[in-house]
Amino acid sequence: MRGRAKPRAATVALLVATATLTTAGFFWLPGAAGANVLTPEAGPSPNAEKINELYKIVLYIGLAVIGTVWAFLFYSLFRFRARRGREAPQISGNASLELGWTAAAAAIVAVITVITYIYLDDITHPVASGPEAVAEARDQFATINQPPPPGDKSLDIQVSGQQFLWRYQYPNQAVSFHEMVVPRDTTVTLTLKANDVIHSWWIPELGGKLDAVPGYENKTWFKATETGTFEGQCAELCGAGHYAMTAKVTVVEPAAYQAWVENQKEEFEEGQRLAQEQRRQIEAELAQ
Amino acid sequence: MTTAAPTAKTGKTPEIIVGGLPERRSGWIDWVTTTDHKKIGILYLFTTAFFFLVGGVEALLMRIQLGSPDNTFLDPTTYNQLFTLHGTTMIFMVVVPIAAGFGNFLVPLMIGARDMAFPRLNMLSWWLLVAGGAVLYGSIFWEAPQAGWTSYPPLSSSGFLPGSGIDAWILGLHLVGISSILGAINFVVTIHNMRAPGMSLSRIPLFVWTILVYSYLIIIALSSFAATLAMLLVDRQFDGTFFDTNAGGDPVLWQHLFWFMGHPEVYIMALPGFGMVSEIIPVFARKPIFGYKAIAASTAAIAFLSVMVWAHHMFAVPMATGVLGFFMITSFAVAVPTGIKIFNWVATLWRGNIEFRVPLLFAVGLVAQFALGGMTGVMLAVFPLDWQLTDTYFIVAHMHHVLFGGIAFGIMAGLYYWFPKMSGRMMSEGLGKLSFWLMVIGFNATFLPQYSAGLSGMPRRVAEYNSSGLTEYNVISTIGAFILALGVLVTVYNVFASIRNGRPAGPDPWQANTLEWFTPSPPPEHNFDVIPTVRSAEPMKDIRRAVEQREAALAAGTNGNGAGPHVSEPPGKQPEPL
Repeated sequence: MRGRAKPRAATVALLVATATLTTAGFFWLPGAAGANVLTPEAGPSPNAEKINELYKIVLYIGLAVIGTVWAFLFYSLFRFRARRGREAPQISGNASLELGWTAAAAAIVAVITVITYIYLDDITHPVASGPEAVAEARDQFATINQPPPPGDKSLDIQVSGQQFLWRYQYPNQAVSFHEMVVPRDTTVTLTLKANDVIHSWWIPELGGKLDAVPGYENKTWFKATETGTFEGQCAELCGAGHYAMTAKVTVVEPAAYQAWVENQKEEFEEGQRLAQEQRRQIEAELAQ
Repeated sequence: MTTAAPTAKTGKTPEIIVGGLPERRSGWIDWVTTTDHKKIGILYLFTTAFFFLVGGVEALLMRIQLGSPDNTFLDPTTYNQLFTLHGTTMIFMVVVPIAAGFGNFLVPLMIGARDMAFPRLNMLSWWLLVAGGAVLYGSIFWEAPQAGWTSYPPLSSSGFLPGSGIDAWILGLHLVGISSILGAINFVVTIHNMRAPGMSLSRIPLFVWTILVYSYLIIIALSSFAATLAMLLVDRQFDGTFFDTNAGGDPVLWQHLFWFMGHPEVYIMALPGFGMVSEIIPVFARKPIFGYKAIAASTAAIAFLSVMVWAHHMFAVPMATGVLGFFMITSFAVAVPTGIKIFNWVATLWRGNIEFRVPLLFAVGLVAQFALGGMTGVMLAVFPLDWQLTDTYFIVAHMHHVLFGGIAFGIMAGLYYWFPKMSGRMMSEGLGKLSFWLMVIGFNATFLPQYSAGLSGMPRRVAEYNSSGLTEYNVISTIGAFILALGVLVTVYNVFASIRNGRPAGPDPWQANTLEWFTPSPPPEHNFDVIPTVRSAEPMKDIRRAVEQREAALAAGTNGNGAGPHVSEPPGKQPEPL
């Protein structure tokens, strides 16, 4: 019969080899040292660690499902390639099999739903600060999504996004830009605002991202258990300079933070005083 | 023959006598004024292919920019304009209308009709598509839109982007949207009213099922989108405050309205590709489709659920946890009928007699690659994970696994499968296989590393990145993009070479199952001399079997070599020696 190709074992072999190599490549792709090829960044903050754990569970379930589908697909391509003189059985369905795999698919996503809700509170609810934490005055309110952290020690920082810079305001009214300095072992709650367009706060190693939307106050948190520097950048298109809207969180020892934030407050107030002085001079000159 | 209705076997006289037709115009004027659904379909295909190449060049320019860290090949504004045009073009000017192109050519042939229900409306749809493309791309001579294909306010408001780019984007999408809505109404009316005798809804080809559901979804989603676009236009031009938070509006409202179109849009794009694969796999496996009713029902179920999942694009926006949970669960629900389709395709291949022709290769490429896109989609629906993954290259990789690895491969399968019907000539198998392998390797090399780039902290829509661990992924991705482009170009060459020099196809080169193979290739203007009566979901298989029985009877009754006197040779019969 015309239109009936010869068995093409080579084609099937190529198909299988490509699938295997791409899957293998996915796993062993040469990233930079420490980069995560298959899992998200997760630094020393419980929310990021929990997201990473949940991610791995869902990833393994997904890989098992897709591995099964690919196994059946490539096996049938290899095993049932056309042979001269063979007729395929004219099967047009199997109700119990079809109902079975519908139920199986529903069961898998139901399991993922349950696991997600098991992990959810650990990701969204702030944990208590450690014993060495900085104690700050607390004036924050709980939102529907995020209760206040347990205990009486935590640090609330106001984060404002603007084209193309992040601004941080600390409880003592100190202000810094781009680089946020926080104490180790202290639960930090962030209140996100946007001054112009939508931005998205994201330090991958310290947890998931959250949009800063004009007119909204959005809450998130992290608690760094180790000192270090963690980098991130704005994750929502905010204009031509979007790519350059980076952010940095530097975690220092609590004592070092206290010193820094006092100094920052003085520097900021000094800067404001100088600016006001300059304005008065200019206004005086203009008035003449 | 068991039926008295006039079929190819019994009806010797044409069903209608054509007279008093206006004189045919010549050349290109005939093409741009035609109301023949087949010519309009081909116009759609060439138009969308043109925009596909334009969108591809935009993608390559972006990949060159990202091919090395801190690159200055493109300035950031140009880069933002490129991804805005790339996304808008590929979604609204390529994938949605290309389904209308295949649908236009195939739906009347598949259901045994002589044209679409509203031939002139059909022509208007194509002209509106061209006009929309002209408005969108006309903007590059003044200022191209640069707020992304999602154009979130306040960034897209007149306060932050006062230039004409966003307005051109709005008006271009208005025109394209009207084009799609008119086309969809035409499909709905055609499919509901113009089917051949005997072709109940449970016997229409699965591709027609997907075009029917695609049309209903377009009417729901793009009508609401037209209102959404009008609201943004009012905000920009007439001091409206729908999305202005300083005047009591809300930018999140735009996101809800936009994604109420945006997620059904994903299935508007995906379903016709699924339909093509559901036609192609059984033909080359030489087996009926496994679970016709399950596949048709899953198509309808996907459409129903797809209008209830939109906020899974907005998990990082301030919303109550209960709302997040609702949209996670509805997104999971849509994964179930999607999974059913994949299982049914694999079961169709199981125990088949699989012929590795080019259409089958691309169809299997869709199944394998779309499965991965579906799996990463389920991961993204888990909203705590989405907080790490959304707006990163993980999303970019996921959506291209669905849109390119899935749907574009399905469209390629459809092109290789139906090109013989459209042109009367076969495409080159060798070039087709070369194109397939280049595209598989190029596609996966482009997009698999992007998952890792996103997991390593690379947001989407960034014009530059510094070298912290992202360079390797991006270099591989850029090389892959050029391999992929080469694979596409091989098929483009194959099309033009085969139009001139391809082997004549005959009416039914694949021994297929559906009615379009009952007519000559290319089909005559009136499609069918005789409309056959349909008795199953595989009418062409029935006709072929009847012809073979008749031939056998004739051969036995005459000189025994099958060369006896021919009776009303049906055009669908293959005059080939066995």
